[in-house]
Amino acid sequence: MDRLELPFNALGVDPYGISKPHLRVALTAVALAYRHYFTAETQGIEHVPTRGRAMLVGNHSGGIAIDGAMLIASCFLEMNPPRLAQGMAEKFLGRLPFVSEWTSRTGQLTGVPENAERLLEDDRLLLVFPEGARGTAKLYRDRYSLVDFGSGFVRLALKTRTPIVPVAVFGGGEAFPTIANAYRLGKLFGLPYVPIVAYGLPIPLPAKFEIEYAPPLRFAGTGNEDDAVVFGYVDRVKEVIASMLAAGVRRRRGEPPPRLPGSGAGAPESRGAGTTTP
Amino acid sequence: MRILLPGASGALGRKVAARLASEGHQVVGIDRRPWLGAPVEFHELDVRKRAAEDLFRKLRPQVVVHMATVTSLAISGEERYQINLGGTRAVFEHSRAYGVQHCIFVGRHTFYGAGEEAALFHTEDEPPLALNRFPELADLVAADLYASTALWRFPELTTSVLRACYTLGPSGHGTLASFLRGKRVPMIIGFDPLFQFMHEDDLVRAIVLTLAKQPRGVFNVAGPQPLPLSRVIVGAGRTPVPLPETLVRAMLGRFGFPKMPPGALGHVKYPVVVDARAFREQTGFTHGFDEVETLQAFRDAFPVPVRGP
Repeated sequence: MDRLELPFNALGVDPYGISKPHLRVALTAVALAYRHYFTAETQGIEHVPTRGRAMLVGNHSGGIAIDGAMLIASCFLEMNPPRLAQGMAEKFLGRLPFVSEWTSRTGQLTGVPENAERLLEDDRLLLVFPEGARGTAKLYRDRYSLVDFGSGFVRLALKTRTPIVPVAVFGGGEAFPTIANAYRLGKLFGLPYVPIVAYGLPIPLPAKFEIEYAPPLRFAGTGNEDDAVVFGYVDRVKEVIASMLAAGVRRRRGEPPPRLPGSGAGAPESRGAGTTTP
Repeated sequence: MRILLPGASGALGRKVAARLASEGHQVVGIDRRPWLGAPVEFHELDVRKRAAEDLFRKLRPQVVVHMATVTSLAISGEERYQINLGGTRAVFEHSRAYGVQHCIFVGRHTFYGAGEEAALFHTEDEPPLALNRFPELADLVAADLYASTALWRFPELTTSVLRACYTLGPSGHGTLASFLRGKRVPMIIGFDPLFQFMHEDDLVRAIVLTLAKQPRGVFNVAGPQPLPLSRVIVGAGRTPVPLPETLVRAMLGRFGFPKMPPGALGHVKYPVVVDARAFREQTGFTHGFDEVETLQAFRDAFPVPVRGP
């Protein structure tokens, strides 16, 4: 905790309002969940830069964003020195009591481009789920599919010259197996939707989480390119995540990895243990 | 230099007047409110009245520091509107008519409004937000925007529009100080927004620096980093009392809780924080008091009221 390289003031508050006591509580909780409840495993953590700006771009699933919490835990527990990944919170979260307080005290700022750009210019580690709420709304059967990625994250990475670290998260869909989303009920509470699970209670199951980071992608540009160019970069990020997901799903089912002729079709080579585990 | 200071008898105005006079400037203060024993030439008059224009004509000030806006919500809406917008209009019209070179409008960072969907740090190019939720602020927002129009309407006049964050300090004046006055300070349960404040002497220095550097444009003015409201309350030696929003609404102005319109509750739920880098770059301003020292200064001057034996 004390090795986090954040500019805390004398009262333990950083310029963005991250508070040391809050962070300690939140990170202890997610660390316990990461280690003991979801027995999470991380591969390729060396691809996350230890210092300087970087953007983690991952797939979303599982009704409530447990995958985000596990990614934060992964960067905190597996990196040396640890880093705080700062996510971009959905706007509705800011309206919810307690959620508003805890997201802002732990550096999970409201997801507007200005906040993201400021954090990157400040050399922070940004966590982005380009699928947004549509990603967490995926049903159990779609948990390893990817819905449309926005292009904003690539434009921002180009503008701020930030490396993009694609990351695949496994387990979100299993931990929170959504069978349906109640959109009207959500509207009543000011939420985008309310995820419904078969067993009724909105409690995540102890599914095994696996997190896999790919080598950083660096795109050259200014962020003012045509959509066609930017979406080309978006697709490359998406392909890397999709191929990690496809390989990981086979691995989780216990199937051997397929023997591909030549290099792995855009998949990163240096995945470490990723290709050797059964 | 000859400096005219509308709003001179406010807590901050007095400090600015004294500071400018001590630097050898000829300072003339005007205000509707009296200032007994003023150390500078002082006229008790309304800036919107003919006598004020007469003063512009006779004095021919080179600089006007306009601090005659009110935030107090105790004054009725119509009157506030007249003072804030009407007064600002008079100041800029007279400034142009009587050859003023530099006009400084001292506004407030609450211009941007408190909303949960806004970026955390507001920059000068942002429009005011959440005005619909806090219509009582409309006159101050209008005055700020009106002052900004001088930038293109009167190019021969150097206009500096300052949007200063809350001040705290020994004077105990200002919106935040009033909010923190009591022993217990209400919060809305589940919300703890960042509050940005600076020592009042630092704002005085910032205004004096604006006079020296004459930056043209709109500038956020802030000192140290913001703090969560709960830390501000504790730092000021008070006790935060988190209550459900509906209860806070009902208790405003009662049981020793501060009096506020319902719209002001947005400012207790969501942050108003500004990016003040442009001002620092243009003027070289740095704050002299950090957030802990500023809270301490307020706490020393206004210790928590204790019960008698």
